[in-house]
Amino acid sequence: MARHWRAGAAGLAVLGLTLTACGGAKVGDDSAGGSGSSGGSGKCSTFNLAINPWVGYEANAAVLAYVAEHDLGCKVEKKNLKEEIAWQGFGTGEVDAVVENWGHDDLKKKYITQQKTAVDAGPTGNEGLIGWYVPPWLAKAHPDILDWKNLNKYASKFKTSESGGKGQLLDGDPSYVTNDEALVKNLKLDFKVVYAGSETALIQAYRNAEKNKEWVIGYFYEPQWFLSEVPLKKVSLPEYKEGCDADAEKVACDYPVYKLDKIVSAKFAKSGSPAYDLVKNFTWTNDDQNTVAKYIAVDKMSPDAAAKKWVEANRDKVDAWIK
Amino acid sequence: MTVAIEKPEKTGAVEPPAPARRVRTVNRGVVVAGILLVWLVLFAVLRGKQTLSLAAADLTDLHRWFNDVNDSIGANRNSNPLFLYFFNEIRLVIDSLVTFVQDLISQPTPGRPVPQVGWLGVVGVVGYVSWAVGNWRVALLSVAGFTFLGLQGLWQESMDTLALTLSAVCVALLFAIPLGVWAGLSDRVNRIVTPFLDFMQTMPTFVYLAPLTLFFLIGPASATIATTIYAAPPAIRITAHAIRSVPQATVEAADSMGATRRQALLKVLLPMSKRTVVMGINQTIMAALAMVTIAALINAPGLGATVIQALQSLDVGTAFNAGLAIVVLAIVLDRVTTAASGRAETARGSDSPFLKWRRQLLAAGAVVAAVLVYLSHTYIWAAEFPGEGGVGSGIARTAADVTTWAQDNLSGLTNAFRDVLTNGLLNPFQSLLTDSPWWLVGAALVAVGTVLGSWRAGATTLVCVGLLVATGVWSDAMTTLASTAVATVLVMLLGVVVGVWMGRSALVDRLIRPSLDAAQVMPPFVYLVPFLALFGATRFTAIVAAVVYAAPVAIKIIADGVRAVPETTVEAATSTGCNTWQIITKVQLPMSKGALTLATNQGLIYVLSMVVVGGLVGAGALGYDVVAGFSQGQLYGKGLAAGLAIVLLGVMFDRITQAAARRAGA
Repeated sequence: MARHWRAGAAGLAVLGLTLTACGGAKVGDDSAGGSGSSGGSGKCSTFNLAINPWVGYEANAAVLAYVAEHDLGCKVEKKNLKEEIAWQGFGTGEVDAVVENWGHDDLKKKYITQQKTAVDAGPTGNEGLIGWYVPPWLAKAHPDILDWKNLNKYASKFKTSESGGKGQLLDGDPSYVTNDEALVKNLKLDFKVVYAGSETALIQAYRNAEKNKEWVIGYFYEPQWFLSEVPLKKVSLPEYKEGCDADAEKVACDYPVYKLDKIVSAKFAKSGSPAYDLVKNFTWTNDDQNTVAKYIAVDKMSPDAAAKKWVEANRDKVDAWIK
Repeated sequence: MTVAIEKPEKTGAVEPPAPARRVRTVNRGVVVAGILLVWLVLFAVLRGKQTLSLAAADLTDLHRWFNDVNDSIGANRNSNPLFLYFFNEIRLVIDSLVTFVQDLISQPTPGRPVPQVGWLGVVGVVGYVSWAVGNWRVALLSVAGFTFLGLQGLWQESMDTLALTLSAVCVALLFAIPLGVWAGLSDRVNRIVTPFLDFMQTMPTFVYLAPLTLFFLIGPASATIATTIYAAPPAIRITAHAIRSVPQATVEAADSMGATRRQALLKVLLPMSKRTVVMGINQTIMAALAMVTIAALINAPGLGATVIQALQSLDVGTAFNAGLAIVVLAIVLDRVTTAASGRAETARGSDSPFLKWRRQLLAAGAVVAAVLVYLSHTYIWAAEFPGEGGVGSGIARTAADVTTWAQDNLSGLTNAFRDVLTNGLLNPFQSLLTDSPWWLVGAALVAVGTVLGSWRAGATTLVCVGLLVATGVWSDAMTTLASTAVATVLVMLLGVVVGVWMGRSALVDRLIRPSLDAAQVMPPFVYLVPFLALFGATRFTAIVAAVVYAAPVAIKIIADGVRAVPETTVEAATSTGCNTWQIITKVQLPMSKGALTLATNQGLIYVLSMVVVGGLVGAGALGYDVVAGFSQGQLYGKGLAAGLAIVLLGVMFDRITQAAARRAGA
């Protein structure tokens, strides 16, 4: 009986809700003016933008998506994908653009030269620096550590439970471009490369190192939002010269400066979509990217809000992309 | 590994009531010790020779061949009829299923800024369904749980995850139930299916994520299929088991009454195994939820994406908040399905006074739910969850604060602990495995397998060792084996301590069990960052992560085993003047030897399933190879080989421990 009563009460409550609800706003009352309207310059349809998993990339993507949506009236589909899979998507029409590419000569060969499903859309303006970095406290306490020739002197300080008696050189995510094993061997360094396995692990290691004054040396790169939190110092390796990294086994020089670039699908490039022109014209500086990346990673803004803030402050740059 | 397997045997050695068996056990122990001794001596002589080590970027011919196969699939996908008429069709069907569910509850549909059914409608329907299939208590729980998701500010993400999980579970059950019934009816089918199920469960999902996007493109279909592959096996296994456990006498009675096979199946076997089958569905749902974060790497929407994105900026609080939402979803779905399986039992035969009102009540509830759905379809306040999700940001802040506190105050302690265990146990053991010649390790494994398990287990080990060598990642496999063994030892230590405690006290059990459930469902990605801060990017971090994931299973099994020891036996021991310690070590543990071996088996398999996650935090070896294969085209083949190596390790462990368990039970 009690149950019967309970159901009755619930029914009454719902009836009450229904009556009070009649004053509420209805779905669709004002949706016509909001999203879905194509107020921009016409024929921009859906723009499939790959989001590779690092914050710097997300900064590029956030700004491009914001401009495409608000200035060009595109419908932007963001797709969270690793690089390899994003490039696969060029061929199947699932991905239109990758907007921060680091080297990846193997992928360029496969998808641009052989399968012809992708084309180069020019540089992003960002310069990618790869190298070995130490936490700021260490660079300050032992300034000579910033020259590779002195690394062996300190090797024993970098020993960890993982490095088998040698100094530990910490490497990061497996998708990074790295020659570190060859470098250690060819520069005759008393170090062992230990794979942290992810960018998260690498950043956490540096964060701890700076906080607790620990000895850490490892692979890192710029532009990177984390450098605005802990300004790591780069160790100089033997200078890069054209072709000194041609033979992967014999590399004994620093990494080249990477001109980061944008890759788009061949179909997208021919589509005449204003979003393609936007991607092609898009360039900015490392500082620009770090600013947006910091909004996202440190200030915890949503990518869209971060992009809005930057775009409003840099209208002139944006206008140059979409003129 | 040897250490792990010895564990239950040791407790067997002190078992007083069976002197005859004791002699045999000691002998076996002596033989294993002898094998280890010979191994150590040969290790000292042959150290560093024929170790088959392979540098991180090196490949074997097999790896290159895998790469070529992968590439040619990618290159031919637009012309191959298999793709055009088979895979594309499957993709279409699954895509429309997922999109349909998403339109219903999570994503805005064309012409509407919100999904068809808003939060109030979903909460109403969930509450009604839980009440109809379960009872009013779980209905209350699910209403509270789903409302909490909204308060966390994660309503849409949660609904995306729910949509994907439900679609994957539907697709999985469509195949799993018939297949399970078939495997339950036929021994031969069962024998054929079992290795495939092992494979589906132990193969790291990272290995087939990239190929799946080749076959089914980027989108909900690939994510759903990846989830289905991982989640279907429990339903198949448990359904088969359910059919098998219907008492023979009942089946014979049906036969004697002239029932056809079809009638026997529909009227006897299926109804009688309903309860267990529902438990299988429950396990499939849990497995599907465990895939949520990994599927996010191929653009599956929902909570997984939130976790992954938060990790990029090491935002533990946000990741924890999303992880908690996954746990809440899991708990609600678990309790509802468990209650549903109980209902099947109680509804039959009971004649409570409510029964005659039930039909009317169900109808009234349906009307209420329909009204709520209508409201949420029509009015904004019922469609979009009100508020800013303040609870969620509060949780995120607290989680971040707790993490920071732990990192600041505990890292000295944890680092010391790590160094002791790494230098004292892990490093020596690992160098024994990786620096011995491969044939020596192989021979020792086969010998130990034979002695502890059986001749058949020894033969399986031999085949696995051979295939491991063929994968070309032998050295990495041995490194992984060392970490796995250490992790399993820790799992068993925790399992015995906590399991016995829980088994002896119902109160402790009730208090601890929810945290065990949470530890199993919380995505490991969430606690990686705090662990990294506490233990650094090391193999040990990976071991700790594996222990957190695997210990709950071992604890639960051991607790059940201890509880199953007959009350009278414990009382008899008490009356002879045994103290608590003696009761535990002389009575309860020896008598739950079967549970201990099973716990070792499951603990090992769960630890192995964390190898890939370990690769993300500094464990290197097979886990790193798999992640690298997922990230870099030219390493794809090597990643696949590493995935196969993990499967082989799993099969080897499983066969040895199961044979040992049979021996212990005999």
